[in-house]
Amino acid sequence: MNRIQKCFERSRAQGRAAFVAYLTIGYPSLDASEQAIDRLIGESAADIIELGVPFSDPFADGAVIRSAAYEALKQGVTMRDVLALAARVRATHPETPLVVFSYYNLILSMGAERFAEEAEKAGVDAVLAVDLPLEERDELLSVLRPHGITMVPLIAPNTPLPRVVESVKGVEDGFLYIITVKGVTGVRGELPPELTGHLDAIRAAVDTPIVAGFGIASREQGTALVKGHADGYVIGSAIVRKLGAGGLNASTPLI
Amino acid sequence: MKAKGHYGIYGGQYVAETLMGPLAELEKAYAEAKADPAFQREFNEILRDYVGRESPITHCRRLSAHLGGAQILLKREDLNHTGAHKVNNTVGQALLARRMGKKRLIAETGAGMHGVATATVAALLGMPCEVYMGAIDVDRQSPNVQRMKMLGAKVNAVSEGSATLKDAMNEAIRDWVTNCDDTFYVIGTVAGPHPYPEMVRDFQSVIGREARAQMLARYGRLPDQAIACVGGGSNAMGLFAGFIDDLSVKLVGVEAGGRGIATGEHAASINGGRVGVLHGAKTYLLQTESGQVIDTYSVSAGLDYPGVGPEHAHLADTGRAEYPVITDDEAIEAFDMLCRFEGIIPALESSHALAEAIKRAPHLPKDALLLVNLSGRGDKDMDNINSYRKAHAK
Repeated sequence: MNRIQKCFERSRAQGRAAFVAYLTIGYPSLDASEQAIDRLIGESAADIIELGVPFSDPFADGAVIRSAAYEALKQGVTMRDVLALAARVRATHPETPLVVFSYYNLILSMGAERFAEEAEKAGVDAVLAVDLPLEERDELLSVLRPHGITMVPLIAPNTPLPRVVESVKGVEDGFLYIITVKGVTGVRGELPPELTGHLDAIRAAVDTPIVAGFGIASREQGTALVKGHADGYVIGSAIVRKLGAGGLNASTPLI
Repeated sequence: MKAKGHYGIYGGQYVAETLMGPLAELEKAYAEAKADPAFQREFNEILRDYVGRESPITHCRRLSAHLGGAQILLKREDLNHTGAHKVNNTVGQALLARRMGKKRLIAETGAGMHGVATATVAALLGMPCEVYMGAIDVDRQSPNVQRMKMLGAKVNAVSEGSATLKDAMNEAIRDWVTNCDDTFYVIGTVAGPHPYPEMVRDFQSVIGREARAQMLARYGRLPDQAIACVGGGSNAMGLFAGFIDDLSVKLVGVEAGGRGIATGEHAASINGGRVGVLHGAKTYLLQTESGQVIDTYSVSAGLDYPGVGPEHAHLADTGRAEYPVITDDEAIEAFDMLCRFEGIIPALESSHALAEAIKRAPHLPKDALLLVNLSGRGDKDMDNINSYRKAHAK
């Protein structure tokens, strides 16, 4: 059983949803990202960490994560920096699954094989490539697999169920990231009422754990939303915003 | 799951999952429209009665005589309604949008020609239209911004990233992913995810089909070379489509060399880039060592794009087409020559293609025929030319 499977087994056994925390690495600085991850795991009991890799053209992201990416890029943060940071996190947190959350070009540019080798060394468990749908992912998945790394497919509100089933094939040992709304990342006032039905249908169709993401602002909202409908939830923009507002200086938890 | 829309290793559908549904819907609708004679009839009628096709071929007699070699012929896309080839494609996509029951058109634009062409057909078909344009381009192409507003479109200036075409495209994609149920994204070039490169090429292929027939009718033979500028590459693909199977015709796509490839300030993706993925397609991409997309530079805003249509990338690899580079200085010189010798003011984009023909003509026999796609007119470029001259007078 891999780290991701163990993680969901733990949270399921405890009868709770897993908390997946996303942050843009390098915002406001690489040091800050490392500290933030420590605190997310230590204080906020984050179960899984998504390491967002800053990209010049973040067309799937909302305003908060975009401006964080641009700031990180001003400091020259690269995929190599993200993997180096992952290795440091891995050394202190041996059990927490780490997911590299990236636009595909950053992986392609490095070379998929080289990326896979370094990601394996760093202790990365999975890759979520925003712009690598089912039809295109084999070119990366076939390279990651021999290195023990899985992929996290995105499932959209308009993804038909047969495609969900197809999407999980070959990556059953990871989890599915269910996008709650059509649109970009970012906190929203309310989520669509049909969401829980959508989650239930997916859950009934696949055995792999599912987590809901996009638009979730707090752990309370996340917990309430997925209770009985999903295995976990993602908080991203809310964490990134807090970090931008000097959240690390406060004594209260980040989220 | 089978990947679709690949040209060799290029192309594909590198988009977020939310767009896969809308792309499948588009692909199906386009295939049906393509095979529907009624759709093709309406498309061709609008091209004839509204755009003003067919566009003529003009023989540049004085320019060719001055150069003393090959004959330079212009395919006059500058004479189309709205002043460029862009409208061929927007007519096709807008008709498709209406057929699919979409209520709203969005587009990205660089120089503003595609934005104007989209705003134009939106008005023609009575659909609301929003155009995304980099804030820097809004400044340097203000006449086109005025035209779009005049036509009833909303122009959204995009000030983040490099505030140019690629950022406008990012913002248009964000709009589409959010509003895909009722919104049709009219992409202006042969880039983006499948089926856009193929669909835009098909709509633009009227250029090449017409040109081929006109050459045979007038000269009894095909041109020796077909030359067009390449930013994203839609006017070039449109021209090339007419001659792709005529192996005697050299296909020449001219990239924007800006201040020279060596300076790094250019927009020549095939010459200066390496394989990457942007805006849904795998193609040659101008990028840093770590894979960040580079801000491009060219005197012509319409060529200022860090990627290139995936079919061009494939044609470059296979050698079916060649892709030389023309600098700002060479393009401006060609611009001046066409104004003075022929009384035609070309777009700065098209001036790149013309410059390549001017370079080649003296080395070729007098009966050689160079067909240049004059993809647009230069009225929009007056301010740019003036500021270029000012900067170079110092």
